[in-house]
Amino acid sequence: MIIREAADIRPSEITPQAAYVNRRQLIAGAAALSLGAAGPQAASANTLAAEKSPLSTDEAPTSREYVTTYNNYYEFGTDKGDPAQNAHTLTTQRWSVKVDGLVAKPTTFALEDFVKPYALEQRVYRHRCVEGWSMVIPWVGFPLAEVIKRAEPLGSAKFVAFETLVRPSEMPGQHGLFQVLAWPYVEGLRLDEAMHPLTILAVGVYDETLPNQNGAPLRLVVPWKYGFKGIKSIVRISLVEEAPLNTWQAQNSSEYGFYSNVNPEVDHPRWSQKTERRIGDGLLAKRRPTLPFNGYGDQVASLYAGMDLRRYF
Amino acid sequence: MRVPRGLPQPPKILVYLVGFIPAIWWFELGLTDRLGADPMRTLEHALGLWALRFLLASLTITPLRQLTGINLLRYRRALGLLAFYYAVLHLTTYLVLDQGLDLDAIIADIVKRLYITIGMACFLILVPLALTSNNFAVRRLGGQAWANLHRYVYLAAILAALHFLLSVKSWPIEPVTYTLIVAVLLGYRLARSLLRRPRAAPAARPAARG
Repeated sequence: MIIREAADIRPSEITPQAAYVNRRQLIAGAAALSLGAAGPQAASANTLAAEKSPLSTDEAPTSREYVTTYNNYYEFGTDKGDPAQNAHTLTTQRWSVKVDGLVAKPTTFALEDFVKPYALEQRVYRHRCVEGWSMVIPWVGFPLAEVIKRAEPLGSAKFVAFETLVRPSEMPGQHGLFQVLAWPYVEGLRLDEAMHPLTILAVGVYDETLPNQNGAPLRLVVPWKYGFKGIKSIVRISLVEEAPLNTWQAQNSSEYGFYSNVNPEVDHPRWSQKTERRIGDGLLAKRRPTLPFNGYGDQVASLYAGMDLRRYF
Repeated sequence: MRVPRGLPQPPKILVYLVGFIPAIWWFELGLTDRLGADPMRTLEHALGLWALRFLLASLTITPLRQLTGINLLRYRRALGLLAFYYAVLHLTTYLVLDQGLDLDAIIADIVKRLYITIGMACFLILVPLALTSNNFAVRRLGGQAWANLHRYVYLAAILAALHFLLSVKSWPIEPVTYTLIVAVLLGYRLARSLLRRPRAAPAARPAARG
């Protein structure tokens, strides 16, 4: 039997503890300065300076507590409370975002470089989940259109496809016997939807970097569509020619379509979409009527002129 | 229970008292605004889940006796009735707090949404079972007719599991687990009745050996 001896002197024996503890703090401090470095702890979320956008609703935002503890993010569990419980395992440092496909300038960015060119705006948007509940959320982000313009899409580009991180070691929903969806989570928009001024990439909420459970460090927000279109923790944005499949449509195409526009006239087989429960209204609150395109019809209905929205749901 | 002689058996009323603790607990949370972001949904779900749990508990009494000899038969009625009471609370929460007694919306839900159709059917099955869960009804119907009627609890358990399973997106582990428990409890009974049948016909046995 060979008995291997440990290296005589470990680095920890040479370097005084005070020095390496200090060094870790320095690294963490530097990381916290750069955006998207909201580490495992929510405490390390940092404040973002953002201009208030005229595209915001004047409705009162849902409390920060509910916005950050009532989430659908199946990579961290299927219960609404699971993501806030489990998502601390996700490390968002050294995040990169690939912009590729039918573009003149395909690029893989470090998150900091990806975000740097854009002025952050606060967009207070209504958020309507396909399950029949809604919130009002003060996002911080920038228009997706600007990202697409910089990449210089080719004439053949008709759609935009998005992809979430796959990292089973940090996402409990992605490992084990019982996995509820096929990973990576993918989503897509038609190019004109992606270029619409209401469509943003969010990096923060409530004036701070996104908590992991809300899709840190980078997520999509399309306020006139059901919440599941807002893909989280994005690692890839591709311009493509054909309509990309989205995860929920792939899972169950009779219940979830590509467009998924909020529409009180088209019921989901399991949920009437005519009304919604506003989170925070309380136990005895009445349901509120759901508005076509989640109340953004004036701005976006023209995108779908002439389309049968029952067929293209 | 095969309790050694001299040990008092816990009174049935204790099952009811303990059984209503979850309901009191959840209503208390509701009254004090501690049900979280979506309190109606949380309450509705909790009450439905307890109805299912008590239904499953009532269905474990017989296998428990047959497999281990532990006889809790005297508590079965209480468990079944608790399941019904929780189903009433669950349904009331849906009708009043969820739908605000909007009859059009409720009817549309029942007609269009399979899991609600199934849930309603399940409840309708539980009603006659609850109404006949008393000694008077057993005497009136006669043992065999009463037993035949109460076999519908198997159907109710299947519908309850389906109701849960179809109410959620994808295949989360909780409803799948409960469905598996229903499958085991009913599968056990099916297997037992199939295995016992040949014994009831002893004439067939020598032929089988030959």
